[in-house]
Amino acid sequence: MVDVVLQNIKKAFGDVEVIKGVDLHIEDREFAVFVGPSGCGKSTLLRMIAGLESISDGDLMIDGQRVNDLSPAERGIAMVFQTYALYPHMTVRDNMGFSLRLAKLPKAEIERKVNEAARILKLEPLLDRKPKALSGGQRQRVAIGRAIVRNPKVFLFDEPLSNLDAALRVQMRIEIARMHSDFDATMIYVTHDQVEAMTMANKIVVLQGGVIEQVGSPLELYHHPRNRFVAGFIGSPTMNFIDTQVQNVQAESVTVSLPGGGSVTAPVKDRGLKVGDKITLGVRPEHLLESGGDGQIQGKVLVVERLGGATYIYAQIEGNQTLTAEIDGNSPVKVNDAVTLGLSGATCHLFTTDGLALEQAARHPLAAIDRGHSVAH
Amino acid sequence: MTTLANQQMTAKPAKNTREIDTRPLLWPSVIVLFLWMIVPLAMTLYFSVIRYNLLNPMLTGFAGLENYTFLFEDPALWTSLWNTLVLVGSVLIITVVFGTLFAVLYNAEFHGRGVARLLVIAPFFVMPTVSALVWKNMLMHPVNGLFAWLQSLVGMEPTDWFTNYPMLSVIVIVSWQWVPFAFLILLTAIQSLDQEQKEAARIDGAGPVDMFFHIVLPHLNRAISVVIMIETIFLLTIFAEIYVTTSGGPGTATTNLAWLIYSVGLLQFDVGYASAGGVIAVVLANIVAIFLVRTVSRNLQQG
Ligand SMILES: Nc1ncnc2c1ncn2[C@@H]1O[C@H](COP(=O)(O)OP(=O)(O)O)[C@@H](O)[C@H]1O
Ligand SMILES: [Mg+2]
Repeated sequence: MVDVVLQNIKKAFGDVEVIKGVDLHIEDREFAVFVGPSGCGKSTLLRMIAGLESISDGDLMIDGQRVNDLSPAERGIAMVFQTYALYPHMTVRDNMGFSLRLAKLPKAEIERKVNEAARILKLEPLLDRKPKALSGGQRQRVAIGRAIVRNPKVFLFDEPLSNLDAALRVQMRIEIARMHSDFDATMIYVTHDQVEAMTMANKIVVLQGGVIEQVGSPLELYHHPRNRFVAGFIGSPTMNFIDTQVQNVQAESVTVSLPGGGSVTAPVKDRGLKVGDKITLGVRPEHLLESGGDGQIQGKVLVVERLGGATYIYAQIEGNQTLTAEIDGNSPVKVNDAVTLGLSGATCHLFTTDGLALEQAARHPLAAIDRGHSVAH
Repeated sequence: MTTLANQQMTAKPAKNTREIDTRPLLWPSVIVLFLWMIVPLAMTLYFSVIRYNLLNPMLTGFAGLENYTFLFEDPALWTSLWNTLVLVGSVLIITVVFGTLFAVLYNAEFHGRGVARLLVIAPFFVMPTVSALVWKNMLMHPVNGLFAWLQSLVGMEPTDWFTNYPMLSVIVIVSWQWVPFAFLILLTAIQSLDQEQKEAARIDGAGPVDMFFHIVLPHLNRAISVVIMIETIFLLTIFAEIYVTTSGGPGTATTNLAWLIYSVGLLQFDVGYASAGGVIAVVLANIVAIFLVRTVSRNLQQG
């Protein structure tokens, strides 16, 4: 039972407060992903958990023990860095065995543990090479191997895949997810890439400007973003936001007007809205329909991006706003075509002027699903 | 087709201009350097096989290997070679050890680091004669020196450094001048050490001592090789410090090869004999250079 608890954690560099009070509970064996734009403090938060950065205020508990004042080695964590941070003068074997050697384990046991990790990571043929003679993916594996041999309570990853090419990134992503289910370890993973966050996490922690915007399962964040920032950050291409007005307020639903005269009714809780209030309508590109829907928006196609399976169109609508829509890859749509994009009320999000989302009347059935069920053992 | 042909036509002259022979442009400097080296070397070789003593103009003619035979039978040669070895070896060890320690120390953040670094580097900017004079007259002087005064404070008899510990004194002076060089090179090398590597080591449980021996020192490996190579070349010809302080003495206690050649040629005016010594020095320096360049380049390639 290894959980990581952050209680009102703060970090200031000089006068600049970078982490402004973070409360978070990462459960045993959870794969938590910190995600957010560059500079939001993800790495700083992770480095505080690792013990590489002192904690200015608040309590950090690992496995029920307050570890604020423990050294990195005493916290029972292992970390994988973005630049791999391998020791260049040591062979792969020595890189992986370094922590065990420092811990003065018997030679035979070091050998056994290193070989075991090498077997898991398919590094056996490379054990006597120096890091310089390895490819990026292999180096990454060694860095992970170095973490594995320590048998840590918590694995920490700081953007470990950013230096790899796209194909390798997908492969390593799968391997790390597998590793998580094989080791049954608690893992904390930092990335700025929302696709990595969505695919790997049990729990996503969205950070912005040193505060947590929302914590939840990937689909919870996707279907029930707490505010406009999370809605825009999760999902690709990013969500469309349309400034509009409240047309009607009913029990458990709100009707808003659409550019060009239509309207759509979203099943959300109204939170005391009045007719005529300003409101932002959010709808994801993949939820815009080429035809049909509960409400329609007229537009003119500005750009067409064909990916094969899907096509992204960027359409100009009334009020000089642009909408991105993901439509069928076989659609013959051309630039300058007039399009009618349909919305269905169930996929619409409404944000009040303070940026907060109106709560959906019904929870999405998959919002509570655990990624653990999507990886075979 | 036509565009392709055109491209080839235009490509060809372009290639030719790039292939222009640039070697003639190097010739002036190559020639100057060659003359600069070959003329003195040829003259030294020539003088080393003739009888040539400035005090005895009647003594002339081809001497064959006579100068060399005398030289090799002269115990002063072997003493001077040994002294050279001791001097170079000790200074290398001292400068590398202290250079590394200072580099590690002054890489840490502390108040007034800039000034402290400047002070460590300062001796390098003092010319050898001046620094030797400072040490001789202000620090190690048995009557006026700072060390003598310190010793008298605790009731000790002042030490006459240059009489009792001549080689040690020279080693101390030369080391003082060369620690800054080692420090500078090693400091820049330490600064290039990847921070994440150190952090990874901290997570792996490395304390300051493990960090130094397992991470920092291996990282400095190449830089230390470079320091050793460059210093050796300069230290083989140490002269000014000896000239100013001990004049090779007492006896031959601080006579290195450079001083031996000087004393034979310009104190005893036996140019032929000194030239033979010079040739030995050239041969030795080349052996050391080849040996060092080999090891260092192997080290650099590995790193
Ligand atoms: N050692 C430091 N000293 C001062 N400011 C820092 C330091 N490390 C990080 N910061 C600042 O803290 C903020 C968060 O940085 P970081 O945690 O690295 O962001 P990211 O989310 O991109 O990983 C940034 O604005 C950065 O400039
Ligand atoms: Mg970062």
